[in-house]
Amino acid sequence: MDEVILIKLGEMVLKGLNRNTFEAALLRNIRRRLNRLGEFDIKAAQSTVYVTPSKGADLDAAVERIAKVFGIVAFSRACVVKKEMPAILEAAGEYLKSDLLAAKSFKVESKRSDKHFPLKSPEISSEVGGYLLKKYPHLCVDVHQPDLIVRVEIRDFGAYVHGQPLKGAGGIPVGTGGNAAILISGGIDSPVAAWMMAKRGLELTAVHFASPPYTSERAEQKVIDLLTRVSEYAGRMNLFIVPFAKVQEEIMAKCPEELFTIIMRRFMMRVSEEIARQEACSALITGESLGQVASQTIQAIACTDEAAKMPVFRPLIGMDKLEIIEIARKIQTFDISIQPFEDCCTVFTPKHPRTRPEIGDILTAEQALDCEKLIYDCVRNVRKLQIAPHRNGGIYER
Amino acid sequence: MGEIYLDNSATTQVCREAAAKAMEVMTENYGNPSSLHTKGFQAERELTAAREAVAGMLGVLPEEIYFTSGGTESNNLALFGAAHALRRRGSHIVTTAIEHSSIMNTMKQLEKEGYSVTYLEPDKEGRIRPEQVFKAVTPSTILVSMMYVNNEVGTILPLEAVPQAIAAAKAPALFHADAVQAFGKIPVKPKKLKIDLLSISAHKIHGPKGVGALFLRKGVRIEPRAFGGGQEKDIRPGTEAMPLIAGFGAAVKALPDTAEQYAAMEKLSAYCRKRLSEVDDVTLNSPQDACPYIVNFSAGNVRAETMLHFLSNKGIYVSSGSACSKGKESRILTAMGLPKSRIASALRISFSRYNTEQDIDGLVDAVKEGLATLTTKPI
Repeated sequence: MDEVILIKLGEMVLKGLNRNTFEAALLRNIRRRLNRLGEFDIKAAQSTVYVTPSKGADLDAAVERIAKVFGIVAFSRACVVKKEMPAILEAAGEYLKSDLLAAKSFKVESKRSDKHFPLKSPEISSEVGGYLLKKYPHLCVDVHQPDLIVRVEIRDFGAYVHGQPLKGAGGIPVGTGGNAAILISGGIDSPVAAWMMAKRGLELTAVHFASPPYTSERAEQKVIDLLTRVSEYAGRMNLFIVPFAKVQEEIMAKCPEELFTIIMRRFMMRVSEEIARQEACSALITGESLGQVASQTIQAIACTDEAAKMPVFRPLIGMDKLEIIEIARKIQTFDISIQPFEDCCTVFTPKHPRTRPEIGDILTAEQALDCEKLIYDCVRNVRKLQIAPHRNGGIYER
Repeated sequence: MGEIYLDNSATTQVCREAAAKAMEVMTENYGNPSSLHTKGFQAERELTAAREAVAGMLGVLPEEIYFTSGGTESNNLALFGAAHALRRRGSHIVTTAIEHSSIMNTMKQLEKEGYSVTYLEPDKEGRIRPEQVFKAVTPSTILVSMMYVNNEVGTILPLEAVPQAIAAAKAPALFHADAVQAFGKIPVKPKKLKIDLLSISAHKIHGPKGVGALFLRKGVRIEPRAFGGGQEKDIRPGTEAMPLIAGFGAAVKALPDTAEQYAAMEKLSAYCRKRLSEVDDVTLNSPQDACPYIVNFSAGNVRAETMLHFLSNKGIYVSSGSACSKGKESRILTAMGLPKSRIASALRISFSRYNTEQDIDGLVDAVKEGLATLTTKPI
């Protein structure tokens, strides 16, 4: 029996004249994600994307990957047969066999978008239902709360039989919203922030601040691992690793300790903005959540913001930690995030950071530093790595 | 005359890639993955690479793979770990009568601890039927353990029935599969079959002996058997056997495409069955739809051990039953209800990607010669 994946287009159908752009981006993203799983024919028609595997292609893996492509609300794994009733009946009985055996009640829902088909939708449903009742005598029909809904669709390319549709990742296709740079630490929040903005169609560039010898290679590996998980949704991205110890040492030596974090964050913004500009990004993304730590008070955020000219997206700003963790678990970054390595934010943390910094004090404190030179050195010594989903073999060549 | 190795279900020749990798990890990249320095970090990357290779083959997450010392340890860890973790939910376990000794004897031990175990009996061809599983699983079943491919006759067991039976009985049971003879040979996808725990071993797929792995589905808790320094997330502590683990990873990466290899094995197996059935007095014990990697047959009235030594003197290596229970009468063939004479003369040959049709010709000629020359006394 031939199997295909049917993808129903979501929110993007509403986008009027932009629809073609969105559809093209979605098709491109699906193609990229199914690359190396074998040959697939991928085409769009009747607000549906058809993914048809050729022989040897791994449809199970394809289903898992499609579940992580943004721009898809729901999709189904379906059995495709000729548009003839006997073939449809046989498919309904065989293809969903294990579901039918496990269910106690069912109903049939039919849709006929090919109006040349001789039976009307209710007629198809009743015929399929009757056939299944005879074949599986333990079943009864329940149109209100059935255990299983058998779906039959008569479309232009054939007849499709499927059961429970699968949930898509939602959102809009990555690449349709422009580019933005995510400031990524090794924590729980920033990968979630990255995921959320990719969901809104942004293509990502990642910037990570490393402080060897205060931080280890493992902290870097952790970021690579986190972004690899994010890239299963967001697609390929570049990761820029900024050597940051010098900046931190300078701030520590020349500025008041209580302002350390805020000044450091301002440097992160400036360096990220410079990298973002070079990479043609139009915004920065951070994982800040209001009030979570001292540097995430409203005053501290105002001071941090002052350092950047680009818009800064903070998708987690109104979320509780538990809500963030829930997403982190869903996208499977949580277990990686909680590995205990020092990151650049924790090494120099002052004992009593100022929770209500004022911009005047900050600007005065920064006069002790050669800001331009520090930023220039960071950007010049940055290392660039490629992050791609489903890496082969797991070891990254540097 | 060169040797003909037809005992690949006992163990395989280590492939060049695995041996080279193990050597490299012993002599150059010899760090302890737990060390904080770069030498340790590099070792950890080898560990991660091996974990990802195994996970990739199974289509699961790397963090769901725990390295062990092999199939036996994986099976022990899975059964004791799951049974002890679910002790408060019930004490009934379901398995089959044709499992490997490392399952069978662990079950005996669990019975001594107070668990009750149902053993599903195979039919004459070594098959377990899905209905048996449905009948055996009850609401107090806490564990179902079933092998994927039988190691003596090669039958493929109805794993897909297990999660359905567990759901139908509303049992709190975990599902363990012993995939030692299946991994790398047929597509083993724990996610699709809703398997919670799955055992695999390296030396059956041209990796080194002394290493295997347990797949443990994310979210499933089991009790460890050993306690130590936190390695393998405390499920299996102890400094990682890096040369073996890295060799395992390399062996997995060196595996040819499963589907292509399977097709090649089907051809080889069909050829073998055809050649063997041309010999009078040879009866095939493996059913037609068994995994092609294993062919079990009985040769006349010649005791298996006699024939085995006769073949061995000619450089042809086969097995009588499973290598782990040398000499003893096959428990599995007995469970299949075969006549005594057929059990006593049963030989198992098992293939790898290195075997050819010439190997089969050599075997068949030698078996013929053995049947003609060896003194047979009624068994």
